[in-house]
Amino acid sequence: MMSYVAPADAPSVEDIFPPEAAWRSLMPILAVLLCWGAAAFAITNSYYLLLMTMVPVWAAFGLSWNLFSGYSGLISFGHAAFFGLGAYFVTLAFIVFGLTPWLGIPIAGLLGAVAALLIGLPTFRLRGHYFALAMLAYPLALLSIFEWLGYEEVTLPMKREAGATWMQFADYHVYVFLALALLGGAMLLTRAVERSRLGLALVAIRQNEPAAEAAGIDTLRRKLQALSLSGGLAALTGGFYAVILLVVTPDSVFGMLVSAQALTLAMFGGVGSVWGPIIGAVILIPLSELLQAKLGAVIPGIQGVVYGLAIVAVILLAREGLFWRVKDLLRRPAAQAMPLAPAATPPPAPPPRSEATDAMPLLEVTGPLLEVTGLSRAFGGLHAVQDVSFSVRSGEILGVIGPNGAGKTTLFNLLNGFVRPDAGAVLLRGQNILGQQPNRICRAGIGRTFQVVRPFARMTVADNVRAGAHVHGASEAEARALARAALVRTGIAGQARMLASQLTNLQLRQMELARALAGSPDLLLLDEPLAGLGAGEIEVLIDVVRRIAADGVTIVIIEHTLHAMVRLVDRFIVLDHGTVLATGSPTEVTQNPAVIEAYLGKAWAEHA
Amino acid sequence: MLQQIENVLQSLEAGLVVGAVYGLMCAGLGLIFGVMRVINFAQGDFMMLGMYAAYYLMAALGLQVLLGDAAPFMAAIAAGPLLLVVGYVVHWLLISRVSGTRVLTLEGEGHSAQLILTLGIALILQNGGRVLFGASPVSIQTTLSSEAWEIGPLYGDDISIFVNQARGVSAVVAVLVAGALYLFVTRSRVGKSLRAAADNVQAAIYMGIDVDRSHRLAFSLGIGITAIAGGLLATGYAFTPYVGLDYVIVMYAGVVLGGLGSVFGAFWGGMTIGLIQQISSLFLPTQLQNTAIFAVFLLVVFLRPQGMFGRVSERT
Repeated sequence: MMSYVAPADAPSVEDIFPPEAAWRSLMPILAVLLCWGAAAFAITNSYYLLLMTMVPVWAAFGLSWNLFSGYSGLISFGHAAFFGLGAYFVTLAFIVFGLTPWLGIPIAGLLGAVAALLIGLPTFRLRGHYFALAMLAYPLALLSIFEWLGYEEVTLPMKREAGATWMQFADYHVYVFLALALLGGAMLLTRAVERSRLGLALVAIRQNEPAAEAAGIDTLRRKLQALSLSGGLAALTGGFYAVILLVVTPDSVFGMLVSAQALTLAMFGGVGSVWGPIIGAVILIPLSELLQAKLGAVIPGIQGVVYGLAIVAVILLAREGLFWRVKDLLRRPAAQAMPLAPAATPPPAPPPRSEATDAMPLLEVTGPLLEVTGLSRAFGGLHAVQDVSFSVRSGEILGVIGPNGAGKTTLFNLLNGFVRPDAGAVLLRGQNILGQQPNRICRAGIGRTFQVVRPFARMTVADNVRAGAHVHGASEAEARALARAALVRTGIAGQARMLASQLTNLQLRQMELARALAGSPDLLLLDEPLAGLGAGEIEVLIDVVRRIAADGVTIVIIEHTLHAMVRLVDRFIVLDHGTVLATGSPTEVTQNPAVIEAYLGKAWAEHA
Repeated sequence: MLQQIENVLQSLEAGLVVGAVYGLMCAGLGLIFGVMRVINFAQGDFMMLGMYAAYYLMAALGLQVLLGDAAPFMAAIAAGPLLLVVGYVVHWLLISRVSGTRVLTLEGEGHSAQLILTLGIALILQNGGRVLFGASPVSIQTTLSSEAWEIGPLYGDDISIFVNQARGVSAVVAVLVAGALYLFVTRSRVGKSLRAAADNVQAAIYMGIDVDRSHRLAFSLGIGITAIAGGLLATGYAFTPYVGLDYVIVMYAGVVLGGLGSVFGAFWGGMTIGLIQQISSLFLPTQLQNTAIFAVFLLVVFLRPQGMFGRVSERT
C-alpha cells in the first residue's frame, strides 16, 4: 500500500480536530459535586438528607442507562435487572455470609457486568423493537423468580456497634457524600467512555449500524462492552440503594417503575450526555417525592402519573431532552456551519490518468487481489446472484454494470459480509474471507460506500472519518492523521468541522469515500457513487476516484452513468439476472450485442 | 395415573379456554403492530381500562337485572366501542405525533420515541387507574363463574373435564369477535386499505390511501378489541390497575409467535401462550408461570429471525 503525503497547504490535524482542554470540562463536575456536598452540611432534617442522597443515587442509575442506551441508541427497558441483582446480592451477602457492603457493592458491580454480558450475548441478535421487548422480559422474570425463592421482603440487619464497618452511619451526611462519590465516579466513567473509541463507535452505531459495521467497527463487541459497563454501574447503584433503604423487595428493585425511572431521568434530562440524567434527577426526584409526601396519602399513585406525564411531555416537546434543548437555544445565533480557512476549499487538481495507464501492461504484472468463484445467493425463489466468478487485479478500476435488479448491490453485500452466500468462495490475497463479519472484512482490507449514502448524520465530518480510521490507527494520533489524509484526498477537508447533516449530496459522497479510505483499504467497493449528482459534480467525484486509484487503491465500482464509467474504468463486468453476462474492456463490452440486448432490448441489439 | 391424565386434560381445556381470550387480546395488538409497526407498551393498560369499563357498566347500569347471565359478556363487548373512542383520541393527540407519515423519513430514531411515549402512557394509565379505581382487586361476579359444565365421564367413571361456565362462554365470545375482526380485515374495503398501509407506507400513499387515517383506525380498533378481551377476562378474575403489566409480555409473545403483522396468526399465538401457561402449571409453582411465559417469549424471539428482522433483504 502506498502512503499518501498531503500537500503542504492542506488543513493540519489540529485544524480538523481542535484540541480540547481536558481539565476544563472536569471543573463543572467537581463544582456541582462540591456545591451539593456543601449544601448537605446546611441541612439537618433527616428526610431532606435522604432526598439529597437519593437524587445522586438515581442520577447514577440514570447515567448507567445512558451509558448504554443513550449513546448506542438501543433502548433497554431492562436495567432493573442489573439494579435488582446488585441490591439483592449486597443484601443477601450481608445476611448469609456476613459480607460488608464495602466489599459487597464492588462485587455486585462485577456481577452486574457479568450478567450484562450473559444477557447481551443472545439479546444483541435482536434489533429495534425486539431488543427493547426482550430486555423488558429479564427483570420481570427475575422479579417472579425472587418472589418464588421467598425473598419477598429482605431486611439488612442493623449493626449498632462498629456501624462504619457495615456502611451504617448514624450521621446521614455520610450517605450524601457516599452517594456523591458514586455519582462522581459514574460521571467520570461516562466522560471517559464519551471520549474514547468506544464512545465514538457507540454513537456511530446509534446513527447507522450497518455503516458502522462496514466502517470496521465490531458492533457486537462494542455493544457488549457498553452494556457490561452499564450493567456494572447499575448493579453498584442497586447495591448502594439497598444499603440506604435497608429493605429490599422484588418490586422495589426489579419492578417496571425502576427500569422506567432510569430511562425517564435520562430522556428527560437529555440522552447521550454526562449531564442529562443529572438534570433529570435533580428536577424529577424531588418533584415526585414532594408529591408523594404531600399527596401520597390522598392520591396514591400520583408519583407514577407524574413520571408518565414527564415522559409524554419530553417526547412531544423536546425529543432529545432538556440538556440538548437548552444547548440548542443557547447556541442558535452561532449555529451556522463553520468551514475552515480558505486554503481548504478547492480540492487540489487531480493528476490526469495518463494514456499509458489506460492500457494493459501495468495490470498484467500484478496477480489478482480478489478472486471470486461460483458465488451464489438466492432470496426465496429469486436468484439474486448466481454462480458469479471474476477476479480483480491489484491496481485496476473494475466497473460493474447491469440493468436494475441484476444483483450488483447484492454482489457487494456478499463481498463485504452483509449477506451470507449460499455457495462460492471469495479470496482476498489468497485468503478466504467468505462468511466473515463485515467489520472483519473491512479490517482485512475491503472498504465500501453505499448506494444511498449512510452518514453518521449527527457527527462532524471529521468524526465520521475518524470512526473509519480506527480500523488500523493503533494510536489516536495515528487515527487522526489517517482521517486527515483521507479528508484531504477526497477534497472534503474544508468541511471537516461541519456536521454531516449539513453537507450537500456531493460532499456526503466525498465524506463516505473518505470514511472508507481512512481504514486504508486495499480494495474499495463503490456502490453508485455518482447517483444523484449533477454533471459538474460527477467530474469532481470522478477526479477523486482517479486520484485514489492512482495512489494504489484497487477499486470496484457500480454505476449506471455509462459515459462516465467508460472514461474511468479499466475493465467491465456486466451482470444480468444475477449472472455474469460479459467481461472485457470498455470498448468490447459496449459493443457486445448481448449487453446491448440486456440493457435496451432485442430490437436495439439487432441495430447494433 | 388416571388422575394425572385427568389433570393434563383439564389443563389443556383451561389452556384452550384462556387461550381463546388471550388470542383475542393478541389479535388487537397484532392489528396495531401489523399496520403501524409501533410497539404499544400501553396495550395491557388499555386492556385494564376495558376491564374496569366492563366492571362499572355492570355495576352502574344494573345490567345483571336486565340481561341476567348474559350481562357480563354484553358489558365486555360494550367496553370495546368505549375504548375504541379512547384509543382514537390517544392516537390523535399523542401517538400520531411520533408515528405514521411523520416519521417516515427517520431511520430508527422514530422507534425509540414511540416506545418511550407508550411507556409514558402506560405509567399514566396504571397510576391514574390507581388514583381513580383504587388498588384493591375487584372482579366481575357472575353466577356462571362458580358453575361448571362437565364433559364426560370420558373413560369409565374416572375422567371428566370441567369447564367453568363463565370462562367457557368468554372463550366462545372471544372466538366470535376474533372471527368478525378477521372478516373485517380480509374482506372489507377499509380492512384492505389497512393492509395496504401495513405492507408499504410509501406505496400506499401513492395509491391515494390516507395512511395516517388507516393508522388511527387500526390503533383504535386494536385497543377496542383488546378491551373486549379484557372485559371477558374480568369475569371471575380479580384484577387491579396494574394488571396490564402482566399481559404486555403475554400479548407480545403471542403476536411474535403468530408471525408479525398477521391478525389471524396473532390469535393462534395467543392461544398457544394460553396453553403453555396452563400446562406449565402442572409442574411449576404459580409464581413461576409468568417466568415460563417470558422464557417462551425469549425463545420465540430468538428462534424466529424472520419475524425479528422483518424483511431479510435490506437494501443498502
